[in-house]
This record gives sequence, C-alpha cells and structure tokens, in this order.
Amino acid sequence: MSRALGPFAAVLSRDLLLAWRGRADVLVTLAFFVVVVCLFPFGVGAEPNLLRTIAPGVLWVAALLSTLLSLHRLFAQDHADGTLEQLLLTPEPTVLWVVAKISAHWIATGLPLVVVAPGLALLFDVEQGALGVLILSLALGTPILALLGAVGAALTLGLRGGGMLLALLVLPLFVPVLIFGAGAVDAYLSGSGAQAHLLLLGGGLLASLALAPLACAAALRIAVE
Amino acid sequence: MKDMQKPERSKSLFRFAAPQMFYPLAGKLAPWFAGVAAILAAIGMWLGFFVAPTDAVQGEVYRVIYIHVAAAWMSMFVYLVMAFWSFVGLVMNTRLSFIMSQALAPTGAMFCFVALWTGALWGKPTWGAYWVWDARLTSQLLLLFLYLGFMALTRAIEDPRRADKAGAIIALVGAVNVPIIYFSVKWWNTLHQGASVSLNKAPSMATTMLTGMLVMALAAWAYTIAVTLWRVRSLILERERHTDWVIAELNAQEGKV
Repeated sequence: MSRALGPFAAVLSRDLLLAWRGRADVLVTLAFFVVVVCLFPFGVGAEPNLLRTIAPGVLWVAALLSTLLSLHRLFAQDHADGTLEQLLLTPEPTVLWVVAKISAHWIATGLPLVVVAPGLALLFDVEQGALGVLILSLALGTPILALLGAVGAALTLGLRGGGMLLALLVLPLFVPVLIFGAGAVDAYLSGSGAQAHLLLLGGGLLASLALAPLACAAALRIAVE
Repeated sequence: MKDMQKPERSKSLFRFAAPQMFYPLAGKLAPWFAGVAAILAAIGMWLGFFVAPTDAVQGEVYRVIYIHVAAAWMSMFVYLVMAFWSFVGLVMNTRLSFIMSQALAPTGAMFCFVALWTGALWGKPTWGAYWVWDARLTSQLLLLFLYLGFMALTRAIEDPRRADKAGAIIALVGAVNVPIIYFSVKWWNTLHQGASVSLNKAPSMATTMLTGMLVMALAAWAYTIAVTLWRVRSLILERERHTDWVIAELNAQEGKV
C-alpha cells in the first residue's frame, strides 16, 4: 500500500506546489468562471424569475468552460521540459501518477469553482436549500470533467491549434455530466429530489476514475513515442 | 502488377492485412459494391417515390424516410465499425486497420449530416419546427461532433503513427460514451418537456414502404463499402508513397493513361 502511495503522494504534492507557486494561473481560471457567470444577466435581462430558472445551467456551463480553459496546462509544461518522458520511464505504473496529476489539477482548478459557485448562485437568487445540491453536484461532476478532459489533453499534447481541437474532442463527452449536474439542482427546485441525479453523477465519477486514467496513460505514451 | 505480389503470397486471409496486398483487392471490389449500391438505390427510390402509397397521417412528406432512415442507421453503424477497426488496430498493431477507420469517418459524418438535414426538412411541415431538442436529434448531433473531433484529431497530427493511435483512442472513448450520451439526453428530454414530440408512426407500415426503406438501407451500406475502399486505396498510396511497389504501381498507371 505504502509502496503505491509513495509515488502518488510525491507527484500530487509536487503538482500542488507548482500550482501554488503559479497561483496567478489558477486565479485567472476562477476569474473567468466569475466573469462568464456575471455576463449572462446582461445578455438575457435581469428579470429575477428568468435568472432563477437559468441559474443551474449557467453555473454549470461556466464551470465546464473554465475547466476546458485550464485543461491544456495539465501536461503541457511537463511535456515541454521533458518531465513527462522521465515520468514515463520510471518503473511506477503510469496510471498511478496520472491519477495523481489529475487530482492535483482538480484541487487547483476544480475545487475553487465548487467553493465560489454558491456565492454566485446568490446573485441569481437561487434559494438557499438548493445551494447544498449545487455544491454537491459540482463536487461530484467537476472531477469527471477533469478525468475526461485529461484524455483529450493527452491526445492533443503539443499539437498546433491544440486548444480548439481539445474543445471539439471533449465538449461532446461533457454533455452527460452537464445534464445530470444542472439537472440535480433543477430536480431539487422542482421538488422531485436530486438523489437520482447525484447518484448517477457519483456512478459516473467512479466509472471515469476507473477507465479514463487508462486511456490517458495510453494517450501519453503515444504522444511522447 | 500481379507478379509483384508473388513473393509473399500465403494462403491465409490475413495476408490482406498488408496494405500492399489489400490495395489491388480493394480496387477490384470497390466497383462491384458501387454498382450494387447504384442498382439498389434506383430500386429503393422507385419503390419509395412511385410504388409506396401516400401516408394516411403525414401525406407525401413522409417519403423523406427513404433517405433519412438509411442515413441515420448508417451513421451509427459506421461509428461502431470505426471503433471496431480502431480496437483491432490498437491490439494487433496493423496499419491497415487504422487506415480503415480513418477512411470510414468522412462517410459516417456525411450520413450523420444527411440524417440531420433530411430530419429538419421533415420536421418543419410535421412538427412545425426545423429543430426540436428531441433525444434522438440531439444525440445524432453529438455523434456528428464526435465524427468531426475524430477527423480533426487525425488530420492535426502529422506523424501518421501517432495520428493512427490517438485517433483510435478517441474513437474508442467515443464509442463507450455514445450509449451514455444517448440515455442521458433521453432522460434530460423526458424530464424537461415530456414526450410531446415522438415519431407518431402510422399503425402499421405498408409492406412496400418497409421494403423500400430496407432496400435503401442496403444501398447505403454498399455505397459506404465502395467509397471506403476507394478512400483506403488513396490513403495507402499516400502513406506508402516512398515504397517501391507504389512507385511501380503509379508508373504502370501513368503508362496506361
């Protein structure tokens, strides 16, 4: 157990430290999230009932876009300075440190979204009871986005125009997460209960945790081959 | 042309996994499939537009199904075949499998687009809108995006080996996700607006209608095979352009012209 935990913890703490040293990048992602959410009332009008209806969808789409924005950073730096090749050459299982890198990435970029989202929801006059569901759905959903996005990031590593390509590759795959994430809050607000949505999100998280790192590891090996 | 293949001829069918062996075979098969496709399409169109009766509920508009249904079936089926060849390619490391899946993608995307387009043309008079966010329409649209993503990725990578394998991975990831996308979209749709829009099909389809549709589906199938084989030939020539056999082949073709 500790043998597996060692390299996992090492990569995790290294990436978290790197994220901390370059916290401006993380803050930019967060600011993007806040700005995109704040744009919607200007676009659709400040009618409170309308804002209340679209709030879950707006928050979720914004979370999805800011996740997408930060994805290319997941492997790009390590690829550029050769760390990625060294990591692939180590005897440790690739999947292990890939999960560590994705976890660190989510803690640095996904977790702040989860923390900030309830505050933004108040701008849309979402009722207090739904805030818990919103936090829970984002906490379960954004890791799925990070896991699926990591596959796309690994596939588009070092390509010209990689950013747009990455969006085209992963956005269709994000649709189920968006449906169940925003759906959870909607279901709570309509009184039918968010349990089914949250359970499905949890199931999706477990499934993508099991499968996505394998695809990601294979993609990384192809990218540096 | 025949003499060149002599040295490595073996009895197994697997010999056609070599691009050099598959190239002439594809060239021989493709015109046959194209011919079958043309004949079947002619029969299907004739059945659909002249023999089949007018639909009691929808009138003449329904006749779009002769193209629409065949295109929709093929667009989904082609993605599965693409994922299959990608899987074979990753497991067996055969170049031809990757070439196959890349040759299939444009046809699949084309059928996807045709299905959406004809669906919109049918939707306007029937539903009163070109587009509704129905589960089937939405998942078809997402399937088109998956095709576009696959094609964009394989075109963006210059090294063919990396392009092959990266494309194969995204095709497989997409194939795993297609059912998830379909069911999530279906559930989202029923939650939001109920089953207000469903294919209100006639109590029982007339036999000629069904026959016409199936014939058109087979025509689409034969067309896909023919076009894919031709595209495989071009891809093989492009990839193996530095080899002796391709140079000899091209010289022979130029000599003929």
